[in-house]
Amino acid sequence: MDGSGGRAVALGVVVVVLALVGAACGGGAAPTGPGATPTGTSPTAVDLTGQRVEVVAVWGEDTGEGEKFKRVLDAFAQQTGAQVQYTPSGGVDLTTFIGTRIQGGNPPDVAMLPNPGLLRDFATQGVLKPIEDIAGDLVDQNFAPSWRELASHEGTLYGVYFKGANKSTVWYNKGIFEQAGVQPPSTWEDLLAAAQTISDSGLAAPFAIDGGTAWVLTDWFENVYIRTAGPGLYDQLARHEIPWTHDSVRTALETLAQVFGKPDWILGGPSGALQASFPSDALRIAGDQPEAAMYYEGDFLGGILASEAGAQLGQDVDFFDFPSIGGSGPAVVGGGDVAVLFTDNPAAQQLIRFLATPEAAEIWAALGGFSSPNRNVDPSVYPDDISRRSAVALAQAEVFRFDLSDLAPAAFGGTTGQGMFKGLQDFLRNPRDVEGTMQYLEEQAQQAYGS
Amino acid sequence: MALQEGRRDPVAVQAEAAPVRARTGRAGRPGGRAEARRFLLSLGFLLPALVVLGALVVYPIFFSVYRSLYDRLGTTFVGLDNYRTMFSRPQTLTAIRNNAIWLVGPAIVTAVGLVLAVLAERIRWSTAFKVVLFMPMAISSLSAGVIWRIVYEEEPARGVANAAIRTVVDVFRPPGPYPGARPTDEGVLTAAGRAFVTTGSLRPGQVAELGLVAIAPRLVPEDARPAAVPPSAPSDAIAGVVWLDFTPGGGGEKGRVDPTERGLPGVKVEALRDGEVVGSAVTDEAGAFAVQGLPPGDYRLRLAASNFREPWGGITWLGPTLVTPAIILAWIWMWTGFAVVTLGAGLAAIPRDVLEAARVDGASEFQVFRRVTIPLLVPVVLVVLVTLVINVLKIFDLIFVIAPGSVQDDANVIALEMWRQAFGGVNDQGMGSALAVFLFVLVLPAMAFNYRRFKAGT
Repeated sequence: MDGSGGRAVALGVVVVVLALVGAACGGGAAPTGPGATPTGTSPTAVDLTGQRVEVVAVWGEDTGEGEKFKRVLDAFAQQTGAQVQYTPSGGVDLTTFIGTRIQGGNPPDVAMLPNPGLLRDFATQGVLKPIEDIAGDLVDQNFAPSWRELASHEGTLYGVYFKGANKSTVWYNKGIFEQAGVQPPSTWEDLLAAAQTISDSGLAAPFAIDGGTAWVLTDWFENVYIRTAGPGLYDQLARHEIPWTHDSVRTALETLAQVFGKPDWILGGPSGALQASFPSDALRIAGDQPEAAMYYEGDFLGGILASEAGAQLGQDVDFFDFPSIGGSGPAVVGGGDVAVLFTDNPAAQQLIRFLATPEAAEIWAALGGFSSPNRNVDPSVYPDDISRRSAVALAQAEVFRFDLSDLAPAAFGGTTGQGMFKGLQDFLRNPRDVEGTMQYLEEQAQQAYGS
Repeated sequence: MALQEGRRDPVAVQAEAAPVRARTGRAGRPGGRAEARRFLLSLGFLLPALVVLGALVVYPIFFSVYRSLYDRLGTTFVGLDNYRTMFSRPQTLTAIRNNAIWLVGPAIVTAVGLVLAVLAERIRWSTAFKVVLFMPMAISSLSAGVIWRIVYEEEPARGVANAAIRTVVDVFRPPGPYPGARPTDEGVLTAAGRAFVTTGSLRPGQVAELGLVAIAPRLVPEDARPAAVPPSAPSDAIAGVVWLDFTPGGGGEKGRVDPTERGLPGVKVEALRDGEVVGSAVTDEAGAFAVQGLPPGDYRLRLAASNFREPWGGITWLGPTLVTPAIILAWIWMWTGFAVVTLGAGLAAIPRDVLEAARVDGASEFQVFRRVTIPLLVPVVLVVLVTLVINVLKIFDLIFVIAPGSVQDDANVIALEMWRQAFGGVNDQGMGSALAVFLFVLVLPAMAFNYRRFKAGT
């Protein structure tokens, strides 16, 4: 891996991953898929009457998400005449669910995978069909390069990102901002200045942080790191190709300490924050007597503030994009669901093509609770301003990266009391100990990555 | 009779009778058959229980031992590696240490329970008293955990434990009118402890402008007027203004009294000469003050610490140091009722005449308790104690619910560590099984003790 990394630098390619993945595969030759029949035609033009296609996803049939996804599938069925069967995995771990189906010789045609790790696992097992010849043109046309990389394994395209999640949003209380006379900041310096002004105003604590829930802290770190270190180092750190004692980690932690290191700026101080579980302190930026002005977490927080704190989105609370640090370009850290293909079923191939079109995404987008990574989706279809801005930021981001802690082994990125969870909680408790934090994280990473 | 029965179900009787015959050695006799039949009958009734216990208790025990010898995925045999790793991990050692600390709980609960049980016998509403004490037992540990998590909230406005303490503390150490305030300009006022002292010195006749920020608007009294700088000061006085240097809605200039900025009434201002307080004044509704009667010379002004004293902030119950004792307290609250009721039942069984005899012989109440009641109650006390010890060794739910994620490591116990290893993200069920086996071994002596006690009791 180090060798290909060096090559990538030599090539001067801005996005390191692309080169890494491409180089590792010897040029990323386009796979000649067995069912490479489809051409540039739109699915509407294809008649699939009488053909069947089965789709598996995690969204339960009785949930809003399942209902809305079925509306998308219905539209495909109407256009082509194909019969689409939707199978929710019903709370069963998707790896197990699909793995069992494959072992039983009855794989679903299409599945929506919630993270790139699963795509990598299935691609390594050789059970996925390459889709370069099926929908490669649409992927290039409709998505930023980051999304192609995320849907690829060793240079081969295996999927289409249909749904995205934007975790680079900072929510704020509009009333407090108005009374303190501050504007939503667009740079880190402005953010710090705004925090200082809010603190001076005595109206509320500038930030609330649910530090007892560690993924809130890992999300903070990831957003700072991708802006201070850039996507190339972000990818290397996610794969532990650079150590956590790397200078870029120090810079990110020191930047983060500009917020974490100010007890006055955090609701309840670090000690109080570390005892709060998400979303208890998040809710305190809304309500009749807001106690904090800003809360960093992803777009999903809007729904929680609306339902649990009774906040009017856009009136009481709103969000701004996580500010740029040192002139960094628009970057989004987040998540997404990728559609992958398990069979050579022609109807399934057409469905994959369909999911890569703006038309398919617009169906769900209009129903709400959805951000499409497809940059050709018409922003006017989103039902409100907040979801529109969040989705546009996601689709138009120069850089999109998956949540780093989700990419790391669970022992490092997802377990209470160890790895990033413990490292960053200890860092919030003592933000001056940058060195100690880096060393702890590196030790933990070595154990978890087994290198 | 036996023949008739044989006719009714010949296969079963013949098949089942054979082992019984071999066991009892009384084959062929009619009485033997009746016994075999009784044995079969009891076996039939026991069978459902045996199957359930076998499937849910015996099999899991052996499977855990077997599983603990394999790696995370359960594919590679690793021998005792899991056990070796287990005892070298700091998390396990913390867990063992905490489990040892937890043993304080049963001791306290048994002692308190004993005292309360004896006292409860003497009050009129002893049943009502016991019911109230027993009530926490009727709550699931999960709910009890949620209750105590809220009780222990650090902010006194949210957690009832700290709220109670604050009420008392505030009486002796009242908070100031403007807690948390700080100067706008560190060049004008410097912090000295909680107080603020002017950086430069002033002479009588001069006017000082002392701006403060970070004061919640609701803390400024309603009768506060827009800040006014006194135009001049008498020759024997230092005058000035203390004001909230923050224009609502923004826009004001820092360090200057802007039109909409309000004065801070009730701030105590002291004049210092060579570190000694030589005069003082309190600001009016417009924040203006004048320290009078000052002979010529150089002075500094100090805004007294009492103005800014913060309300008592609360004990960090759920921080790394106090979290285990705090959770033990919650557990004691839950289980005291159990001890009182069980020991109360034991007390009721003690023959009254023994106690009466002791009293007639002139023993004091304490002596009766110490020399008669306790010795007679020892078997019950031991059963209660050992049951609680077993309960505490496998404690999990309270800790899982009460301890915030950030201190879960500090509050860790073996059962929690087992869950975290097996299901908490890493999903290393080999290690989880090893911890489960270790926990089982720890509980075993207590189980054996209780079993023998029960047997002796019947």
